[in-house]
Amino acid sequence: MITEKPRIQFTPERLERAREILTHYPEGKQKSALLPLLHLIQEQEGWTSPEAMDYIADFLGIKPIEVYEVATFYTMYHLEPVGKHVIEYCRTGPCMIMGGEEVYAHLKKKIGADDGETSPDNLFTIKPVECLAACGWGPCFQIREKYYTHLTIEKVDEIIDELKK
Amino acid sequence: MSSERLKILTANADIPGIETFEVYRKHGGYTAVEKAVKTMTPDAVVEEVKKSGVRGRGGAGFPMGMKWSFLAKPEGVPRYLVCNGDESEPGTFKDHWLMKTIPHLLIEGMIVSSFALGANTSYIYVRGELMYVVKILEKAIAEAKAAGFLGKNILGSGYDLELYVQPGGGAYICGEETALLESLEGKRGNPRNKPPFPAVKGLYQCPTVVNNVESISTTPWIVNNGGEAYAAVGIGRSTGTKLISASGHLKKPGVYEIPLGITVNEFIYSDEWCGGIRDGHHLKAVVAGGSSVPILPAALLLKTANGEDRLMTYESLADGGFATGTMLGSGGFIAMDETSCIVRNTWNFSRFYHHESCGQCSPCREGTGWMEKVLHRIEHGHGSMHDIDLLVDVSKKIEGNTICPLGDAAAWPVASAIRHFRDEFEWHIKFPQEATRPGAVYRGHMELA
Amino acid sequence: MKVTIDNITVEVEPGTTILQAARKIGPEIAPPAMCYYEPLKASGGKCRACLVKVTAGSEKDPRPMPKLVPSCITQVQDGMVVENTINQQVLDTRKGIVEFLLINHPLDCPICDQAGECHLQDFAFEHGMQQTRYEEERRTFEKTDLGPNIQLHMTRCILCYRCVFTADQITDGRVHGVLNRGDHAEISTYLEKAIDNDFSGNVIDVCPVGALTDKTYRFKNRVWFTKPVDAHCDCDKCKGDVTLWYRGDEVIRVTARKNQWGEVTAFICNKCRFERKKTSDWVIEGPTKVARHSVISANKYGANKIVPEFARRLAASQYKDVKEGRNLEQLSIQQLPEERFKQLVAPAGESAVAGIRSIQNWADDK
Ligand SMILES: Cc1cc2nc3c(=O)[nH]c(=O)nc-3n(C[C@H](O)[C@H](O)[C@H](O)COP(=O)(O)O)c2cc1C
Ligand code: SF4
Ligand code: SF4
Ligand code: SF4
Ligand code: FES
Repeated sequence: MITEKPRIQFTPERLERAREILTHYPEGKQKSALLPLLHLIQEQEGWTSPEAMDYIADFLGIKPIEVYEVATFYTMYHLEPVGKHVIEYCRTGPCMIMGGEEVYAHLKKKIGADDGETSPDNLFTIKPVECLAACGWGPCFQIREKYYTHLTIEKVDEIIDELKK
Repeated sequence: MSSERLKILTANADIPGIETFEVYRKHGGYTAVEKAVKTMTPDAVVEEVKKSGVRGRGGAGFPMGMKWSFLAKPEGVPRYLVCNGDESEPGTFKDHWLMKTIPHLLIEGMIVSSFALGANTSYIYVRGELMYVVKILEKAIAEAKAAGFLGKNILGSGYDLELYVQPGGGAYICGEETALLESLEGKRGNPRNKPPFPAVKGLYQCPTVVNNVESISTTPWIVNNGGEAYAAVGIGRSTGTKLISASGHLKKPGVYEIPLGITVNEFIYSDEWCGGIRDGHHLKAVVAGGSSVPILPAALLLKTANGEDRLMTYESLADGGFATGTMLGSGGFIAMDETSCIVRNTWNFSRFYHHESCGQCSPCREGTGWMEKVLHRIEHGHGSMHDIDLLVDVSKKIEGNTICPLGDAAAWPVASAIRHFRDEFEWHIKFPQEATRPGAVYRGHMELA
Repeated sequence: MKVTIDNITVEVEPGTTILQAARKIGPEIAPPAMCYYEPLKASGGKCRACLVKVTAGSEKDPRPMPKLVPSCITQVQDGMVVENTINQQVLDTRKGIVEFLLINHPLDCPICDQAGECHLQDFAFEHGMQQTRYEEERRTFEKTDLGPNIQLHMTRCILCYRCVFTADQITDGRVHGVLNRGDHAEISTYLEKAIDNDFSGNVIDVCPVGALTDKTYRFKNRVWFTKPVDAHCDCDKCKGDVTLWYRGDEVIRVTARKNQWGEVTAFICNKCRFERKKTSDWVIEGPTKVARHSVISANKYGANKIVPEFARRLAASQYKDVKEGRNLEQLSIQQLPEERFKQLVAPAGESAVAGIRSIQNWADDK
């Protein structure tokens, strides 16, 4: 028997939010909603799967390729499945000269995953990113919407231990 | 000391609850909206901004009033104001700080500025990583709207404005204004060829002004106090105050609002600002205006080639051109002490531009990757002497030949690092074993401060 | 309005670009264009091959423009003065552009179907440096199929966006586009989707390089052994005006007709391109008149402009072609013995063009 994958769609609350977003733009310019809607569906699904992209294309009445072009351009859309927490650490100059190198090396060791990898327990995915606009508070990383700044090895231990609970 | 300084943007930043409408309003917030929509014409607001001499705080330093006066105003075509909150330039974090700390200042500025430009729909484009700031701004907008400062017929003036926050998706290039507009239209962040400029064909091919968060945030004060009062602060064509994002090996990194015109020396060493270099260390080099501007060795940063004190102004930092000067840029002030490796940092920045190139035009797409690879080799002990000249040549072939200034921004850090720190590059090449030892830094001749 | 390019003044309509004005003067003056394509709206401005110096902006404002400008998208002003072939900065910059386009380009000419009619080869011959200074690893991609008839060799792509504009503007459903960014940007469908559309084949003709090629033609022949003939048919989908490429009596390829700038004059449908491969399908008009822009047919490459690397590659391709039949896949330039190369190219002296001709003659003798 062929089991069809459940079709992706927004949850009712998100659907409402998506409809509200569409009102931000003039008639006929609904493609403008593409980036916010991709964030919305990723927040729901955990990653930006091809099915999710096709759903958004359909939702906005645009060609699927227009969504792929955009989703692959920006760095925030996870095009592969990720762990529960995605740790996006800033690897750019100002954070690196403030001791980022040691801190991030420790982070990766502690989690057991290297750049772009997910930890064996599927809890953490590590993604190096460029400048997060927190240079004076570095080294720093971001987990979802939250910024963790002034990182030290001890602080990393605390944060990760907390998240593991 | 600091209490005597005129703070145009940050006067109320420390007040608890300033992020809420109530507290912001209680401390004089939104009076500029009242003044503008009730007592001024849009042109009068533009006039005040012109008089203030305030220059764009996003990096290029273009006079804001003049930009506004270029906006095309064809009949029956909507105009847009788009605020650039993409802030992704390494070393710069002032917009982030300002938006999360005093969100209503930007909202108020957007209302006043949109009114001046005749825009009825305006957008604040915020880099997607700052989703929590997007939510702060959205909350502030809802509050302002509930109080009648946004929406239809603002304060009974007949002026309508809808204000929306748009998140980006993670791309430095979307800070470039035309890439930002493309992104706001739901496309890849490919910068457009100019002309046409946004003032003629911007968002949805309509006339559009794009301004930085900090630029827009100056307008409430300018409306309240007049352009002349603003212009009274600062020196020459560097009027007003500027937010400086201070990072690196400083005692007190952070965001500071300085009156333009203080000396660089005072900014770094005075306790009012950065408090000097971290204990036991000395200043080696500074990137004064965000990663894109030329790096300067400490001596040339503090004094111009003519031996004059360098000031925190657009003109003084640029004194000496690229040979011995730099730029104020976006005010991303990155201080490096003697433990910093210039080659490593140059490679790091180079990787940044390689990573962030949109890839549309061949010099930047191919050249940024080439420079990164060569720098990576040098940093890791596999360089050869001719690589240094090759880097300079490649950077020259990129500079000025690309669609948008990201190409220049990628070229300048490399060219300037080699210009001022050639010895250090040569040391990496001549003594690879020594240079690649963990924690090794060049200890050859250099002047620290 | 009047514009002066390389000291030659020409009268043009307002709205004309510098490049179009230069083309009006003639091919000697026209800047090279790797991304601009007149039939496609919004094309141009990306490759930067066509950068020129504007020494006077207009009659009214005769100041020079500070930077070089892309001639393909910069409109002329009355009284504008432009320098192209006579400006050293322009020529040096162009050398740089060639180098940038080649650093990640494979040394594939010997096995590339585009060899001989490739704009990148032309561009490099005319404007390139002697040899590359690039020592790093080259970026590579796997080759893929875009449907049954079109092959994509992404490694050869120069990201001119022409195929994207073509799909947008002359087909009714674009399924491929530019994915990723920077030097990872690639032409792709993302998910393996076939380009399936009556006009999809036109992306092959607009592609300036051998990135998009006709699978029904692949490795059938080298373009310089074929004879182009103009022909038409009564087609219900397109105008039916084509160029047939013969080898002996056999039609081995059908393409749209192109003008002297290599631009398609009328797009054709897939039926004409892929399915009508018998002489009896066509009404023959006669030999194609437009000068082929290929490196082997034109005489425009003077002796002092030769790029040895490219010449060698071409020579190698022809040599191998003859020597080893069609088994071209494993071929690389290194396989052409130095001695043999000298023997073939050097005595012909003057130019590699002549050199290549001599190989051709030699091949024909065998
Ligand atoms: C690669 C690049 C990145 C930029 N990033 C930003 C940015 O993050 N924020 C910003 O305000 N301006 C940025 N700019 C400058 C903008 O293009 C534009 O000049 C500015 O937003 C105009 O506002 P202003 O006149 O108020 O400074 C960037 C420019 C370039 C070329
Ligand atoms: S200079 Fe770089 S970022 Fe700017 S358009 Fe060209 S490729 Fe894109
Ligand atoms: S013929 Fe053109 S596309 Fe093909 S490998 Fe040579 S230069 Fe590249
Ligand atoms: S495949 Fe060809 S036409 Fe398409 S972008 Fe690449 S080089 Fe241009
Ligand atoms: S042809 Fe003008 S930029 Fe490519």
